[in-house]
Amino acid sequence: MMERKSNAFFGCLLMGVLLIGILFLHSRYRIWTESDALQQRREMVRILGLSDLCLFTEARYTRNPSLADIHTPFQDHPMSFEHFPSGSLVEPPPHWLQPSVN
Amino acid sequence: MAPTIGELKMPAIIEKHRHLIDFALSSLIRRKGKTFSLIIVFAWVVFLLASVMFFSRAIQQEASSVLQGSPEMIVQRLVAGRQSLIPVSYAKDIAEIRGVQHVAARLWGYYYDPLSGANVTLMVNDDLKERVGEVLVGDAVSFRTAVQGQKQRARKNDILPFKTAAGDVLMLKVAGVFSAASQLVASDLILLSEQDFRSIFPIEPGMATDLVLQVRNAKELATIASKILQMHPDTRPILKDEILRTYDAIFGWRSGIVFVLLTGAVFAFIILAWDKATGLGADERREIGILKAIGWETADVLLLKSWEGVIVSLTAFLLGLALAYVHIFMTSSAFFEPVLKGWAVLYPEFRLMPFIDAYQIAVLFFWTVVPYTIASIVPSWRSATVDPDTVMRGT
Repeated sequence: MMERKSNAFFGCLLMGVLLIGILFLHSRYRIWTESDALQQRREMVRILGLSDLCLFTEARYTRNPSLADIHTPFQDHPMSFEHFPSGSLVEPPPHWLQPSVN
Repeated sequence: MAPTIGELKMPAIIEKHRHLIDFALSSLIRRKGKTFSLIIVFAWVVFLLASVMFFSRAIQQEASSVLQGSPEMIVQRLVAGRQSLIPVSYAKDIAEIRGVQHVAARLWGYYYDPLSGANVTLMVNDDLKERVGEVLVGDAVSFRTAVQGQKQRARKNDILPFKTAAGDVLMLKVAGVFSAASQLVASDLILLSEQDFRSIFPIEPGMATDLVLQVRNAKELATIASKILQMHPDTRPILKDEILRTYDAIFGWRSGIVFVLLTGAVFAFIILAWDKATGLGADERREIGILKAIGWETADVLLLKSWEGVIVSLTAFLLGLALAYVHIFMTSSAFFEPVLKGWAVLYPEFRLMPFIDAYQIAVLFFWTVVPYTIASIVPSWRSATVDPDTVMRGT
């Protein structure tokens, strides 16, 4: 008897769903095995008093966006264009976008 | 005449759908070139969308978890709109505010190494007070060393040259390297003694980069911040909540990086769905005409086309999703690296923790599989409601 195409499709679908399940298991496994590393990073931040993730090192206002002042992207002169690629990707931190007395 | 769905009982309905799936698969295999290319393009779009979603979520989760240890409040001084050095005497004033437990002055800054082109963060650490001439460095720090003269990653006992404010070269010995696990927070960090820091940067005694505060009750942070502002109007207090919210904003969907990547992927998907929704090929129209002529109901034709859409979109979805997971969490976001790297010489390896959840998958599913399936039904419905003879003649 010839195998029905729908059986093959359901078989593939089942494999796909199992694959997603494996991704979830892998995700949980890595979070579990690397929880020490996460804890180590958290401790390092606490001990050294760090305030930002080290995602971009090219400009100071993207290296430490939460500590940047609102004028840093225009540091060369008031009409200067954004200089660093990462400055185009990172928007100002929300506390700079709120009205403030300072 | 074949019974309609309403006239069938449950097992018969399942059998009918299985026949429809058989037919839909045969039809897709008949047009295998088009089907295959459609699945590849669709999977690429899902891959991009899922990669952006996984990446931004993982960074947000990492930031919210790791930065819980950040100072409760950082006080900067602003002069002419820019951060300036703050007098250490401010710390004494602030320490007298009710509710403030501890105030510490910090010394840190950015150093550009012209030989390697790298920017590093120099930070004074009290543990190195008695170890003048020694530094602790992040795992990604690379310099042109004094000994080899070539750019390479700093290792223990290496000698790193720093240009001082006086124009001399200060040689500092690497006493230790932070573990690779710390890269996401400290890849460019160099800890050194206050004496060495002041040799490199001409910062007057009595001045610091900023102040960090510990308070007795976190609920009083806003009150303390407003008191600091009254006391020293040239300061800017930054609260821990604001630091944590920064990363939600940077990697929120409206932010630059996510928006650029999402826009490309969403437009590619819209073109794909629009192409599908605006019309069928001549073969597909003739196929519908023949099916109608041999007695298929309009509802059955629509079901058939829905199954075709589901088969294509579901296959592409599963493929794109799995590839995106591998991309972000197993290859350190290799496709995004050039975008994120910019002009930076020092760059952390993005080995992100795979924070994924069912909500993310569900959102992606409803934004890709559902619209595509609906888009594939619309032109079929138009063809299926026209007279079969007209459809087959192609008039």
